Amino acid sequence: MTLNRTDFVRLGSLFTGSLVLGVGASVCVNPSIAEAQASDFKPNAWLIVHPDEKVTVFVAKSEMGQGVATGMPTIVADELDVPFENVRVQFAPAAAVYQDPDFHIQITGGSTSTLSSWMPLRTAGASARAMLIAAAAKSWSVDPSTLTTKAGSVIDSANNRSATYGSLTAAAASMPVPKKPKLKTRDQFTLIGKVNKRIDTPLKVNGAAKYGIDVRVPGMKFASILYPPVFGAKVRSFDASKAKKVKGVIAVVEVPSGVAVVATNSWAAFQGKAALNVTYDNGPFAKASTASLKTQFLKLASRGTGAIVAVERGSKSVNGTSMEATYFGQPTAHATMEPQNATASVTPAGVDIWAPTQVQTLAQASAAKIAGVPIDKVRIHTTYLGGGFGRRLYADYTNDAVAVSKAIKAPVQVIWTREDDIQHDWYKPMAANSVSGVLDKHGNLVAMRHTVVMDSILVPLGFPLPKSGLDAISMDSVINSPYEIPNFHAYYINPKSGVPAGSLRAPGANWNGFVMETFLDELAHKAGKNPLAFRLALLKKNPRAIAVLERVAKNASWGSPPNGMKQGLAFGFWADTPVATIVEVSMNGSVPRVHRAFVVADVGIAVNPTIVRQQLEGATNYGLSMALASKITIANGAVQQHNFYDFLVLRIDQAPQIHVDVLENAPSPTGIGELGVVPIAPAVANAVFAINGKRARTLPFTDAYGTG
Amino acid sequence: MISLQINGEKHEVDVPPEMPLLWVIRDVVGLTGTKFGCGVAQCGACTVHIGDNAVRSCVTPVGSVAGKPVTTIEALGSPGQLHPLQQAWIDEEVPQCGYCQSGQLMAISALVKQNPHPTDADLAESITNICRCGTYDRIRKAVARATAGKQAS
Repeated sequence: MTLNRTDFVRLGSLFTGSLVLGVGASVCVNPSIAEAQASDFKPNAWLIVHPDEKVTVFVAKSEMGQGVATGMPTIVADELDVPFENVRVQFAPAAAVYQDPDFHIQITGGSTSTLSSWMPLRTAGASARAMLIAAAAKSWSVDPSTLTTKAGSVIDSANNRSATYGSLTAAAASMPVPKKPKLKTRDQFTLIGKVNKRIDTPLKVNGAAKYGIDVRVPGMKFASILYPPVFGAKVRSFDASKAKKVKGVIAVVEVPSGVAVVATNSWAAFQGKAALNVTYDNGPFAKASTASLKTQFLKLASRGTGAIVAVERGSKSVNGTSMEATYFGQPTAHATMEPQNATASVTPAGVDIWAPTQVQTLAQASAAKIAGVPIDKVRIHTTYLGGGFGRRLYADYTNDAVAVSKAIKAPVQVIWTREDDIQHDWYKPMAANSVSGVLDKHGNLVAMRHTVVMDSILVPLGFPLPKSGLDAISMDSVINSPYEIPNFHAYYINPKSGVPAGSLRAPGANWNGFVMETFLDELAHKAGKNPLAFRLALLKKNPRAIAVLERVAKNASWGSPPNGMKQGLAFGFWADTPVATIVEVSMNGSVPRVHRAFVVADVGIAVNPTIVRQQLEGATNYGLSMALASKITIANGAVQQHNFYDFLVLRIDQAPQIHVDVLENAPSPTGIGELGVVPIAPAVANAVFAINGKRARTLPFTDAYGTG
Repeated sequence: MISLQINGEKHEVDVPPEMPLLWVIRDVVGLTGTKFGCGVAQCGACTVHIGDNAVRSCVTPVGSVAGKPVTTIEALGSPGQLHPLQQAWIDEEVPQCGYCQSGQLMAISALVKQNPHPTDADLAESITNICRCGTYDRIRKAVARATAGKQAS
């Protein structure tokens, strides 16, 4: 988490008067930065102070809309004490120094960026500030403790003089790096909590922001790959004669994932792909369908076959009024607006990859293997990401670009069609949950048993499971539930279904949270209690949770819905952040219509309050989109959906008004990117129950309530 | 050769007339602000103007727009003078990932030419562009700000 294990080290020869601070010892040289600075300087740096007063901050996290390109520099600039207008941002290359202190790889996921970078970035800024002060103190022959800083200058108020940071860069570079620089206290922040703009907004209203798909490299070609439709299938043979006749098609090559058509433009590549004739060895999954998988999942849930103990608390046999239910959730796709793509150039000198990726370290390591070069010869250039939601935690599409570039010996952009994207995702897994609860004679929830059948989410990400086989992500919102249920037993079953399982915004929780929160609502009604009071009674040791619930109830006037509507409430949490949502719902036939959503989260410290609100709004809509109608079904081992006409997502006509309120009751920032997804679907389902008495035991709602 | 007029500039392109305008703009002319999202006129990320009308360039054959004025996001406003919707997008901090916003702005700027004060209901009726980041509520607020339209509830 902090710099303790990698004490700041001062780096050798400093270039052109710029002060560079880094963390730890470098193992990778990144040419893009070295070139940018006209120096062979090692790049393990978070910031550069330039003689022209500008400050470059290196952002080691991927900007996929969640605001890291604004939030991270805000943290650095606040401790450095420079005006935010002076800050410019550069996305960091793949390098050891930029690896996440918790994950130990360079990755953007889990809503952890701000939390895990909080102390390193503050320390980097504060350390630079201390060295600038030391430089000024030396030149003025005064005690550094008599000096202060303000807005990019060192101030000597006793002697009525000041020096700008830009004038001190060369001198500061020779100052010792402080072991423990003094950090600001919360009340001293000048930017954190106060910057409400995003630095990337102006670039995103005029087409200037460059995403992966916008990368243009001299001599580059465009390629589209035909992937076997059936999961696990392999190409047996292919006939490319028709494809090669398409105007603009240059080559057709087989790569490990399928058959690639290379062309002078994307469209010609798509046309060539459509003209391919391929036969496959389909393998055993060709027999699988949604119906067969559902039967398998439900059987596992009811029989408990292969169940791994996840939580054992209290007694298994508790007397009282018991209730039980079985839930079944369909898989869904991420459907980032920017389809997957990557541009690669493989040469004997190494590999360059330009990509919208959330996982630089894996993309780099995997590319090195494919290209047969050492890892440090693979340079990752991260672009803006047109959405992430977890989809870009996988290196499949960067691998493809490397493989095709290697085969054709030229730079190439591999671009997925929307159909590729829908049919070859790492899906939010299918799931079946069996859950039971016991109420005592006072209507208190005294026991719960919860079995989750869900493919492992961690394994495809490259994280091994513990010996027990328990996947803590697939069990999220169950094993870490804050509800104080005295007797609680949870079990995990890994069905190994053969459908690629993935990390999708609030993975695990985005389904298990639905089960927990709708089932709790059912128990509350059974107990004759207000669903709010029922939850509050189970969260007595969790003041942050109580505060968000009480606040959302107040904001939404819980219990007093507008005419013709009913309310639904749900609670959730992710990345140490509690959230609660209340929705106002009416029915349009069997389709729930959400008019307003009230969301309250306790984010600890809101580095940029606007971005926090954006994330909670966006996650609410993302979760609502999933809940309403988004599903992936399988027939003959292949996905049946193709594009946005049969994989349905939220549009503006169904999007609710969203009221967000943000609490800050923790000493450091907690995660914001995913958690808004967790409570929205159960809140809507609970409101639908209040309207028509129907309980949703499945998602999406089209499966639960019908489509009429 | 097909003669195109994009953002006031002439381009002669040697492509088949059935090639979608989107790919000519992006891969041949080299303007990348117009985005590919679905290829089947579902998501609106590729929206451009032909004259005053919003069209989905991913299904518009380039041959059909020869000689007609095409406007892309790059020319909706100018660096010195943003379109009022662009300014409102900044003021309301609409974009998250931003990928769909070129299309949102092109679709809504065309709507505003026909209907200078669109209500929320008008947007629901006319705008089908997809935003996976879920910026819809901010889009409504930004449109209201730019057009001084009344917020329907």
